[in-house]
Amino acid sequence: MSILIDRHTRLLVQGVTGNEGLFHTEQMLAFGTNVVAGVTPGKGGEWVLGGKVPVFDSVKMAVDATGANTSVIFVPARFAADAIYEAADSGMDLVVCITEGIPVQDMMRVREYLDQRQVRLVGPNCPGLLTPGECKVGIIPGNIAIPGTVGVVSRSGTLTYEVLYALMLVDMGVSTCVGIGGDPVNGTNFIDCLQMFEEDSQTEKIVMIGEIGGTDEERAAEFILDRLTKPVVSFIAGQTAPPGKRMGHAGAIIEGGAGTAEEKIKALRNAGVEVARHPEEIPDLLKSR
Amino acid sequence: MKLHEYQSKQIFSKYGIPIPKGRVAATADEAKQIAKELGSRVVIKSQVLVGGRGKAGGIRLAKTPDEAGELAGQILTMEIKGLPVRKVLVDEAANIETEIYLGITNDRAARRPVMMASSAGGVEIEEVARLTPEKIARVHIDPMLGLREYQARDIACGIDLPREHTRLFGQIALGLWQAYVDCDATLAEINPLVITSENQLLAVDGKMLIDDNAQFRQPALFEMRDLDVEAPSEVEARRYGLSFIKLDGNIGCMVNGAGLAMTSMDIIKLFGGSPANFLDIGGGASAEKVAAALRIILADPNVKAILFNIFGGITRGDEVARGILAALHEVKTSVPMVIRLVGTNAEEGRQILAEAHMITAETLVDAAKKAVAVATGAPAAAGG
Repeated sequence: MSILIDRHTRLLVQGVTGNEGLFHTEQMLAFGTNVVAGVTPGKGGEWVLGGKVPVFDSVKMAVDATGANTSVIFVPARFAADAIYEAADSGMDLVVCITEGIPVQDMMRVREYLDQRQVRLVGPNCPGLLTPGECKVGIIPGNIAIPGTVGVVSRSGTLTYEVLYALMLVDMGVSTCVGIGGDPVNGTNFIDCLQMFEEDSQTEKIVMIGEIGGTDEERAAEFILDRLTKPVVSFIAGQTAPPGKRMGHAGAIIEGGAGTAEEKIKALRNAGVEVARHPEEIPDLLKSR
Repeated sequence: MKLHEYQSKQIFSKYGIPIPKGRVAATADEAKQIAKELGSRVVIKSQVLVGGRGKAGGIRLAKTPDEAGELAGQILTMEIKGLPVRKVLVDEAANIETEIYLGITNDRAARRPVMMASSAGGVEIEEVARLTPEKIARVHIDPMLGLREYQARDIACGIDLPREHTRLFGQIALGLWQAYVDCDATLAEINPLVITSENQLLAVDGKMLIDDNAQFRQPALFEMRDLDVEAPSEVEARRYGLSFIKLDGNIGCMVNGAGLAMTSMDIIKLFGGSPANFLDIGGGASAEKVAAALRIILADPNVKAILFNIFGGITRGDEVARGILAALHEVKTSVPMVIRLVGTNAEEGRQILAEAHMITAETLVDAAKKAVAVATGAPAAAGG
């Protein structure tokens, strides 16, 4: 078992003919992901990557022709909200949006729309998901994790790779890694993933990687205290970040004194979570749990 | 992006929100002229993007045009919290009876905008929330429906607004909401919204923050951006699509990804060093972008070492390595560099760097320790 993606995932790539879309589609295929279709409006009928992936003009056409059940989005920010609506309206089970820089008011409307239709979104501004040995959706390098029993959920991108890599170096495997993204309003959150990992029979321990800004980590801490039986190890980035400055991610900003790393670490420790001082400490902390 | 008070109020005015008569001046003479035209007592307000202008002496009342000119002249030579005052707003002074707070911001946890009002206007809303939370009325706004008129009436009731003002207050609230939506604001605030002794509602002060992610569809607003508020290096960084924040330490950081960039800063601190900056070169960084990043880091004379921490995902290691070499070819520096490349095409990247005899590191901890060591003048073995 794993969560959200596995060998049954039939993936469609929105923005498949763009630079990043094409590069990562090739990477996903090489990993073994079942990429069944691509969508770029105006390029329907073409094939990319040496005839491996057919391109369609719309998500609906791609789904009708290929039975895709998951979409990953690489389109530019100004078209990304529309791409998410299109995926949701075409009956996708899961929509993963890699695109960074979507205006927050767009995302509030997107989230409202998806909630009403009960469509699951991961992202935006995220690296996607990886179920080692089975499927990768997004941009997480496939060669930095091995199959195993640790579930990983993270607000960050490359910091997530750092943790996966540290786990692999000590032969600790991963059930699924979910990058939920660094925007203030996104789809799937920490609590959703913690719940799924709790219910997943393969997952034994959980790593949660947070960062400054917002209160998602604090709410996750409450959830861990109330509902979780599996042990959680955490790391929070941004302990040296100054307040009032957006640290790259739109969501990573300490506002009005709220959202500091200190508060998050305190809330997590109160919930019995081991908090690492740096990412390379995580494997040892997992072993001790 | 922050807008100035005068810019915010001009926008509010377009949405039917009453604001005081007044204009912006860049010289004492202009301020005097505006005061003369207004023919009343005026308030001279420094236009800088920090709070606490009043306390710093950046807001003054003038009874005559001569006094207005004189005070404007004084304020225009001031610096407030390190920011030079380049413009003053000369507004007709209002006869204030009651001060109200009215604002909209995004409630991240609720994933919706929230409108808040308080009868304790003129005070920062965070302060009111801390001291007298019961004085704040709030409604969450459905992002699909927008603010409804009944919600504006609820807010008016919630702060015990005299009934005679409910109608106009509702128009102001709806105007503020529309401005918020149309401008891609993350904050739109009238503080205070006053009831004058002539029984009029007037937005005496205003503030807007605009979503940086909306720049592509708000070109006119982003042309209004005031660059004084940012360090020149941060402005330069943005030109290259880099996310950069200057800090006080001596170890420059160049990292791909915001979370890892923050982590690299944290781990430098953990091992006794001090980061000179936050810098995320982003995804798909080109050689040109990396070179620009290096120039920006090296422009800070405090920088005694640079830590490169590049974990390949969207960013390709060989591209980064070529960028570092191209930049070094151009910049020519003796500042030591510690480089860690992992992930997509990292081996090619490491090969390219090996030829340039850089200090390389295997792990994050190793990289941080080496960077701290070379920043304090200790030798670190080249080639890892």
